[in-house]
Amino acid sequence: MNWTLAFQIAITHLVTKKKQTLIAMLGVTFGISMFIIMISFMTGVNQFLEDMAMDNTPHVRIYKPIEIRDDKIISEHHPAGSNDWHVVMHQRPKNELPNIKDGFRYMRQIENDPRVLGVAPQVTSQVFFNNGPVQIPGTISGIDIQKQSTLFNLDEKMDEGALENLMKGSDVIVMGKGLAQKMGVSEGDRVSVTTPDGNNFNLKVVGIFSFGITAYDESRSYATLGTVQKILQKDPSYITDLNIKMKNVYDALAFREKLEAELKNVTIEDWEKANASILAGDKIRNMLTAVVCVTLLTVAGFGIYNIMNMNIINKMKDIAILKATGFAGKDITAIFLLQSLMIGVAGGLLGLLIGFLFSYLLSITPFPEASFFRIETFPVNFRPVHYGFGMLFGFLTTLFAGYFPSRKAASIDPVQIIRG
Amino acid sequence: MEKINSSERFEKPAVLKAEHLVKYFYEPEKFKVLKGVSFEVKQGEFLSIIGKSGCGKSTLLYILSTMDTDYEGKLTIRDELLTGKSQNELSRFRNEHLGFVFQFHYLLPEFTALKNVMMPGLKLGKYSAAEVEERAMYKLKLVGMDAYAHKHASRLSGGQQQRVAIARALVNDPAIIMGDEPTGNLDKANSQRVFDIFRSLAEENSQTIITVTHDSDFANGSDRIIEMEDGNIVGTHFPKSV
Repeated sequence: MNWTLAFQIAITHLVTKKKQTLIAMLGVTFGISMFIIMISFMTGVNQFLEDMAMDNTPHVRIYKPIEIRDDKIISEHHPAGSNDWHVVMHQRPKNELPNIKDGFRYMRQIENDPRVLGVAPQVTSQVFFNNGPVQIPGTISGIDIQKQSTLFNLDEKMDEGALENLMKGSDVIVMGKGLAQKMGVSEGDRVSVTTPDGNNFNLKVVGIFSFGITAYDESRSYATLGTVQKILQKDPSYITDLNIKMKNVYDALAFREKLEAELKNVTIEDWEKANASILAGDKIRNMLTAVVCVTLLTVAGFGIYNIMNMNIINKMKDIAILKATGFAGKDITAIFLLQSLMIGVAGGLLGLLIGFLFSYLLSITPFPEASFFRIETFPVNFRPVHYGFGMLFGFLTTLFAGYFPSRKAASIDPVQIIRG
Repeated sequence: MEKINSSERFEKPAVLKAEHLVKYFYEPEKFKVLKGVSFEVKQGEFLSIIGKSGCGKSTLLYILSTMDTDYEGKLTIRDELLTGKSQNELSRFRNEHLGFVFQFHYLLPEFTALKNVMMPGLKLGKYSAAEVEERAMYKLKLVGMDAYAHKHASRLSGGQQQRVAIARALVNDPAIIMGDEPTGNLDKANSQRVFDIFRSLAEENSQTIITVTHDSDFANGSDRIIEMEDGNIVGTHFPKSV
């Protein structure tokens, strides 16, 4: 096959029909640029949501659940046979403390694992915040301030005051923005807290934080480990949660399985389970992106298909004469396929450029709800792999769209055309 | 003009052999267009095929041209049996050994006259692009079109286009040049020019010319006339030996 000659003919055809070429090209350009914008933005959103969630979420969390055991205590001493069973009506949970026994020992043990970035201990309890006669439910978590800052960036989430203020006084807390609004308090005010055991405490608010997640901001508050242990009237070894950050987030699953084998009487949860809804959202957005992109590229493909078909009908005589003078079917296919591919490559490159420009513009556009979410501009990702994919898709679409008309051109019978 | 008698003609080898060619048309109904046509053409012969419309002469020419492969019988050109060969082999063969001139000139309108002439040469790939260009230029000179080499084909008049088409048919130095009413669309003066070109090709280059024509002046200037009627050859004349 003589590719240079096919290329020359293809180029000449394209250049003499500039308008038609341009329209076919713009179809691809539009498809590819939309693809780039969509995928950059969607992956940006996914990344943003993931980061937002992952900042607050431990990769592995160890806690003691309050749950009804499925196995009955009676069966420990009188195992049920194959033909009889135990029936216990209205079973209640045992009055167990929701703390992790030997929590600090576990913590040191886990911290020694090379895959672990750090472990933050917590004492969390349900409490009521008293606003006059109204009680607002929420939680109070005693934290290791140093670790919570380095592992979960809590210090960066402060709107008013500072997290370090917690260490400067006793009986002080920081609370979520939404909760503070409900309570009508700001930094420096005092709030009254009722524990599940019915004890009342007066605490001073030294900071307001916001995660950008309403459910958290309207219910959470933080204090030092010591403060919360004191409120709950527990000893200093009492902790309810161990929050683990891994060096590599995808080690979490394997590490959870390892811990489950070692630690008894605790529940261990990894981030994928805790963030199932976010991961599902990711998947839905990815699917949506894929569907829209495939649709766009298919439409562009049909555009090319139509234009190539028209082109070939217009060029019937030329094709007949080329075949009469010795061009084989595959030469004709090459000529028209090359035209299609050139449209695809040129349109695709232009599409990448336009897609990049619009993504860039989007990435510097201020986000309208910036005060609520911790974000200033629209989240946009710039990944070379997306651009590679865009080009590949553009190429493949035009290859398919051009192939069938080109084959049709190759099968034209010159005798029919020339004899008229 | 040089005198060639029939005995001289028969000494030359047959370049094309058609044996019992039968062709059917299926649309609108089955119809036998060619009813077993056999003849030979010698190298350097200038042959005209004449006959009324619908007698099958064009159909015969397109079978001879190898473009129509749906026939019965045998076609041999330059001792090569072409019947039953694949489309790819046939297009290769056409490219190298056959040249065509049609009634409607069929140049590629986007290209210059020179590029049009070069096209089959570039396709053949026997010579470099520069050599092909040189040869194409020479062929254009042969038909008196060298001054228009760089004009776009669509800007040329009918007679000029036909001469460029002849140059294109010649570029690979084919053994046989076929014409389907090559002068059918031309005025007297241009017809005469085309005829003179064909004449000199047959005599000086020993290239074989086979044309289908309605033009009796054109036919009477050729070496042999085959007359067709209803799918059969009904007569052969040698106008110049008369």
